[in-house]
Amino acid sequence: MNPFSSGTRLRDMIRAIRACKTAAEERAVVRKECAAIRAAINENDQDYRHRNLAKLMFIHMLGYPTHFGQMECLKLIASTGFPEKRIGYLGLMLLLDERQEVLMLVTNSLKQDLNHSNQYIVGLALCALGNISSAEMARDLAPDVERLLQFRDPNIRKKAALCSIRIIKKVPDLAENFMHPASSLLKEKHHGVLITGVQLCTDLCKVSSEALEYFRENCIEGLVKTLRDIANSPYSPEYDIAGITDPFLHIRLLKLLRILGQGDAGASDCMTDILAQVASRTESNKNAGNAILYECVETIMSIEDNGGLRVLAINILGRFLSNRDNNIRYVGLNMLMKAIMVDAKAVQRHRATILECVKDSDASIQKRALELVYLLVNESNVKPLTKELIEYLEVSNQEFKGDITAKICSLVEKFSPAKIWYIDQMLKVLSEAGNFVKDEVWHALIIVISNASDLHGYTVRALYRVFQASTEQESLVRVAVWCVGEYGDMLVNNVGMLDIEEPITVTESDAVDAMEVAIKCQRLGLTTKAMALIALFKLSSRFPSCSERIKDIIVQNKRSLVLELQQRSIEFSCILQKHHNIRSALVERMPILDEATFTGRKAGSLPTAVSASSIIPCNLPNGIAKPAAAPIGDLLDLSSDDAPPAPVSSGGDFLQDLLGVDLSPASAPSGTSQSPKTGTDVLLDLLSIGTLPPVQSSSSAIDILSSSHDNKAPVANLNGLASHSSLSANATSPASSAGMMDLLNGTGAITQKHEENGPAYPSLVAYESSTLRMTFNFSKQPGNPQTTFIQATFTNLSPNVYNGFLFQAAVPKFLQLHLDPASSNTLPASGNGSITQCLKVTNTQHGKLTLTWDGIYVGFLGLGLL
Amino acid sequence: MIKAVMVMNTQGKSRLAKFYEYLSVEKQQELIRGVFSVLCSRAENVSNFIDAESIFGQDSRLVYKHFATLYFVFVFDSSENELAVLDLIQDVLPSVFVETLDKCFQNVCELDIVFNYSKIHTILDEMVFGGQVVETSSSEIMKAVEEISKLEAASNAISLIPKSASGWRSR
Repeated sequence: MNPFSSGTRLRDMIRAIRACKTAAEERAVVRKECAAIRAAINENDQDYRHRNLAKLMFIHMLGYPTHFGQMECLKLIASTGFPEKRIGYLGLMLLLDERQEVLMLVTNSLKQDLNHSNQYIVGLALCALGNISSAEMARDLAPDVERLLQFRDPNIRKKAALCSIRIIKKVPDLAENFMHPASSLLKEKHHGVLITGVQLCTDLCKVSSEALEYFRENCIEGLVKTLRDIANSPYSPEYDIAGITDPFLHIRLLKLLRILGQGDAGASDCMTDILAQVASRTESNKNAGNAILYECVETIMSIEDNGGLRVLAINILGRFLSNRDNNIRYVGLNMLMKAIMVDAKAVQRHRATILECVKDSDASIQKRALELVYLLVNESNVKPLTKELIEYLEVSNQEFKGDITAKICSLVEKFSPAKIWYIDQMLKVLSEAGNFVKDEVWHALIIVISNASDLHGYTVRALYRVFQASTEQESLVRVAVWCVGEYGDMLVNNVGMLDIEEPITVTESDAVDAMEVAIKCQRLGLTTKAMALIALFKLSSRFPSCSERIKDIIVQNKRSLVLELQQRSIEFSCILQKHHNIRSALVERMPILDEATFTGRKAGSLPTAVSASSIIPCNLPNGIAKPAAAPIGDLLDLSSDDAPPAPVSSGGDFLQDLLGVDLSPASAPSGTSQSPKTGTDVLLDLLSIGTLPPVQSSSSAIDILSSSHDNKAPVANLNGLASHSSLSANATSPASSAGMMDLLNGTGAITQKHEENGPAYPSLVAYESSTLRMTFNFSKQPGNPQTTFIQATFTNLSPNVYNGFLFQAAVPKFLQLHLDPASSNTLPASGNGSITQCLKVTNTQHGKLTLTWDGIYVGFLGLGLL
Repeated sequence: MIKAVMVMNTQGKSRLAKFYEYLSVEKQQELIRGVFSVLCSRAENVSNFIDAESIFGQDSRLVYKHFATLYFVFVFDSSENELAVLDLIQDVLPSVFVETLDKCFQNVCELDIVFNYSKIHTILDEMVFGGQVVETSSSEIMKAVEEISKLEAASNAISLIPKSASGWRSR
């Protein structure tokens, strides 16, 4: 007969639950059982109470609510039989917690049981108290527990010791009561009592500095002696784990010594001998022995300085790393991570072993080892370590490549001794794992290349070589394409040849071939292709012999299905055909990119700005854009008659004249911009306008970024507004929508409720900036509540006249929009007069009309703003 | 301090769950599921340690051991020695279970644990007490459990609760 069996019905219930095939079946069985148990509780059934509670514990384990059984626990605890008490206490620990008021009721029963004549019942009560005691209970029952520390039976003494830990954790004030009994436990011969006594002392030290002092003064020598005894003791089968005598006691003692030795030179001195003995004599071929060594190392690292011991300890960790057992290597690396703070030099000596762990088959060990290597790198060893890591990158598995690439890039950037080395290493990483490299990394590389003017030729040739070898790694292709575009002439003419370089012969048409490959390759993304297109455009003036071919390639892309490429191709071919006079200025080499600006952006909370400005990042001093820096501007409508005299040497002025738009706010990027992707055109994005009405000045919210999708689809916007200063013509064609200022970008929403019968509607300043104000007046015809008339009034606040002013709007499908012709297409400067235009919006759905601003575009010729 | 001891089978069914810090039933189940989802995706031949901070919060480590159809899991904080806890799971616990359940631990441990879970709780209480290891000697633990069994049997003999004649070993 199994004494633990609570009767057949418990087993039946478990069987029934186990037989359930679905969760629903299980729930049904449990519901039925719970109902029966509730009924039994209501009838105050005594015979089956303990069996019911046993069932409830099983149900609790499965994750069902069992709170209705809590009172039953108390009743069982109060009963006299041992089985009832046992189940009652078990239920108490599982079903109740210290926060429940029911628990207060159990204090009395606990007190009685702590003084029970049957030591097993005392044990049950101690166990429950040790698991769930609240602060009140701890106060009430502390004297009883304290008394039990001297109980005749060692099993009770050890439980009382651990119960005391719970008490002092709940009520630290009680610590001093336990100090003396605890120190007498340290003299115990009984293993279980000794180990719990040491544990109690450790916790006393943690909660009470007084106790810490007391044990430091009175117990260190005894503890050292105990440790020496067990370290030297012969084989004792009872507490032996895998041939090591009582590793658990070893570990507890070492832990207590650590707390006592920390910050106290005298105490640390007392224990150095025994620590050295444990560290050098413990066998390390078994887990148990290594557990002791591990603890010993931690103690040595924590106690007051002793150089010799520390070297010994770090050497033990070094040995851990070459252990066959994964667990040992894992803890070894963890501990070395801490040790590096204490003695980096000693850890450096195990660099080779740590590097081996980076190649471990266990991913969690790899990860830790890589982190440790990262911490180990400094100026003096960055070269060999990077070399090792890059070599490993070639053979590492895919999941780990991302991690390791990020670490290498960060190391190379941080400790690079020379630019050429940096560029070399980055090229290696990019060609090995370019697809794992984050955008910021290759952006940074471009900036470094741009700043290393003596290495331009070397870099572009090296990139050309790796590009020829493979186009697998997209970010490598991007950097290569950018460099060929910028420094293509150096590639062909072998300018700035370094001694270490092998000569390379590249013709102009080879370079164009490479760009063509990048544009045509299916695998490569839009950004890469757009970059290649720009590179080609730049090459068109650098390689006169190839300009016809380049033109052809660009013309081919006019038919591209990708809108971005199509638009750029149209613009570029237009420039190539009709605007030779400005072309050379447009495709000039970029000015040196400012590292400080870039790092500032990177550090700021504007990751989007980084990615937007990544392709051709440039300076924007006072908002003057340099056309040469950004050949990808939207150049269109230049053929129109009233286009300004184009050839200008100073692009900034050119722009200013052309636009009549004050660009200065562009130097104050907004914080809320969301760039959908790395665009390749140029826009001033004006957003971060909160809810309207009324819109306050949005000029502070100008951001430099481009959103190629937005500007291509004016119809997607409810209100698109284009004011083409100096530019008259086809503002409705997709191409001409380029160069617009995205003002609201969906974040600003006007929620203007139109009640069906609302007689009057306030007028609304729909948009206002330093250059333009737009006011809406609303009205409705009586009897036709579905139609809203909006009279829009536009006022030019800038000092320049807007010619060819055009207002566009788009609405969702359930609305109908009718736009009357505007009163004029010329908007006088400085607010002297305005344009009015009527809109008729018919809502086919009843209810309120919500106008959401998707965006207002103020178009201008944006050039070289990025 | 040990925060939790769990035993679950390879299908993720909880076979024993003891938390030494109070958690609601829902939270307990969530943690068990979280632990299981990590364990079931672990490869063979990797270390027995898992960084459990994402599941149990700051300063949590997890040691597990896979026996037959069961995972034994201990969750604890930095005041415990990982390797020692591993010894507890792989040396002390099995020998105690094997002896006290009178079965070959490797083969039928899951059913034994299902049907004897209150006994398992008693064993565990003799080994871990309020989150602290109280006894590491399997013979000591066994002695204590045997004593409790005897006491239980003596009381049951005079108790009125009917017992099935089929006995506790039948399945």
